[in-house]
Amino acid sequence: MDKTKLMSMYELMVRIRTFEERVRKEFAAGNIGGFIHLYSGEEATAVGVCSAIRKDDYIISTHRGHGHVIAKGGKTDRMMAELYGKITGYNKGKGGSMHIADVELGILGANGIVGAGITIINGAALSAQMRGTDQVCACFFSDGASNTTRFHEGINLASIWKLPVVFVIENNGYAESTPVTYSTNIKNLAERACAYGIPGVTVDGNDVMAVYEAAKEAVERARRKEGPTLLECKTYRYHGHFEGDMQEYKPKEEVEEWLKKDPIPRFASKLINDKVATESELKEIDKRLEQEIEDAVKFAVESPYPDVSETFEDVWA
Amino acid sequence: MKTVTYMQAFNEAIDEEMARDKTVFALGEDVGQFWGNALGEYKGLAAKYGAERLRQTPISETAIVGAAIGAAATGLRPIAVVMFSDFLGVPMDEILNQLTKMRYMFGGIIKLPMVITSYSGAGFQAAAQHSKNMEGLFMTIPGLKIVSPATPYDVKGLMKSAIRDDNPVLFLLRSVLLAGGLKGEIPEEEYTIPLGRADIKREGKDVTVVAIGTMVHRALACANKLEAEKGISVEVVDLRTVIPLDKETIINSVKKTNKLVIMDEEPKTGSVAAEIAAIVAEEAFDSLDAPIKRVCAPDTPVPFSPVLEKFWMPDEENLAKAIEEIV
Ligand SMILES: Cc1ncc(C[n+]2csc(CCOP(=O)(O)OP(=O)(O)O)c2C)c(N)n1
Repeated sequence: MDKTKLMSMYELMVRIRTFEERVRKEFAAGNIGGFIHLYSGEEATAVGVCSAIRKDDYIISTHRGHGHVIAKGGKTDRMMAELYGKITGYNKGKGGSMHIADVELGILGANGIVGAGITIINGAALSAQMRGTDQVCACFFSDGASNTTRFHEGINLASIWKLPVVFVIENNGYAESTPVTYSTNIKNLAERACAYGIPGVTVDGNDVMAVYEAAKEAVERARRKEGPTLLECKTYRYHGHFEGDMQEYKPKEEVEEWLKKDPIPRFASKLINDKVATESELKEIDKRLEQEIEDAVKFAVESPYPDVSETFEDVWA
Repeated sequence: MKTVTYMQAFNEAIDEEMARDKTVFALGEDVGQFWGNALGEYKGLAAKYGAERLRQTPISETAIVGAAIGAAATGLRPIAVVMFSDFLGVPMDEILNQLTKMRYMFGGIIKLPMVITSYSGAGFQAAAQHSKNMEGLFMTIPGLKIVSPATPYDVKGLMKSAIRDDNPVLFLLRSVLLAGGLKGEIPEEEYTIPLGRADIKREGKDVTVVAIGTMVHRALACANKLEAEKGISVEVVDLRTVIPLDKETIINSVKKTNKLVIMDEEPKTGSVAAEIAAIVAEEAFDSLDAPIKRVCAPDTPVPFSPVLEKFWMPDEENLAKAIEEIV
């Protein structure tokens, strides 16, 4: 892979982390309301998958969706404005954190209903298939969502119709306070693929290159019209389920173990070891992104709220 | 004009729209070549348009409605076929939280031009899980148009409009009219009926009866009888679409007759009838010369036994009694 692409993957991961940590601060300061579900720790999955697809491909996201939107090319100022409930946000401030969508970027929306994207992405994939394009779709969800009705109905349908979808389980170990070891009786959730006659692959979700390689293979398979793949990325969320969650359900040693596997320093070391980048080049990127997020907050703060007349808009086409 | 059944009229609507627009397709259980859905209203279309466009699915209501949403969001015009409206409880999240909220939550950046078709209503001993009307339940969800046609003419014209509409439409076919082979006249040539306009099926001057679906036929029978036997002149307004609700036609009719009876085959509580009564009380109270009457089903699920089901469904006698109490 060429340097530009590797550097852009690093940049996307840092953009997500910087955005998320700032959102955390803004929320704590009372500047942002509603529910905030942070993505910190899981950056390698969004970036690995989104780097394996094209601009005109579709993704669908989850309640923990900021990372997916950024990885697909979302602008942090418009995202921040959306979180602030401002008219300049991606969705005029009507959606907020859990409902960011940008159809032009192929982002069919984050979703407050666990697993809901699984059936909807099939429709996007079906439409690509029927319109005769070779677009593929990536559907993000997590271990908790993999226990819902729509996981089973959706993956079965995608399998029989050979829909071009990569179903990505971001297995971060928990669904709210419930550990995945409690909610399922299998070791790797990707094993469920065999029930639907499609490939199931489990990878280290904190290794962006491993995610990228696995996603690339699944995407190529989908583009060859061979159907969907179930890709499980094992990762970890650093913060609570939502901001304010005290995380008493997480063992301390477990947290420490995962912190050692942080996807960002890990990828940074790889880039330095492989002589793709120098430490100072990476520091430059970090600094630039600090500034970008600073500007994003400024943009959000200075943007106006929607006029109350907006309440009545956008119900009907 | 030609005479067709309710089912043929529906089938023609789909046929013409599929021929006209390549982005229109249907997906659902058994919609393919053999059955054309449980009662057969899609029959013959798979032979004509292929399995690609009459997509038979596994028994997966959640996946059907979800896929239709995704397809609609990305440029197609899907028809999601969910057999009986009672089964709409299965993909309820897709309807309640996705279909009807996405456009709004996303600040208007998408359109969802799709139709859900489903069988609705009691009257053929299908018992409680295959008989429910859903208008009252779904009308509380902003963002969904709701159509419930009573005649072959309306079925065809409204279905064509529903397919062309850029919004989600729930199209409720009356099972008894579909299965019972109700006949009526339709033009030979192409026509559409705009959504959101009620139809005065019979002019009258003493009392307005607002009815929907199967109840329209019962209201017309009752009106003819009251006219012949007692000289009471009943105006029958067929709602046809519940959302958008044609307030204007209802209120104008009430202003003419000064009396209102609403006939709705749903339990009274939280029904379409309740909404119409509230609207007229709020906006046309001064025109009323008598209390508003509602002729509805009891607040119970639909019973099986023919005796009980007949008692459960509002009929001509219930309506005549209500009318005579106020004229
Ligand atoms: C249908 C539904 N049930 C419950 C919830 C409440 N809820 C929100 S997130 C969540 C846990 C989701 O877990 P998982 O799918 O593992 O995603 P993660 O939060 O780990 O990314 C729950 C139960 C919901 N939003 N939707």
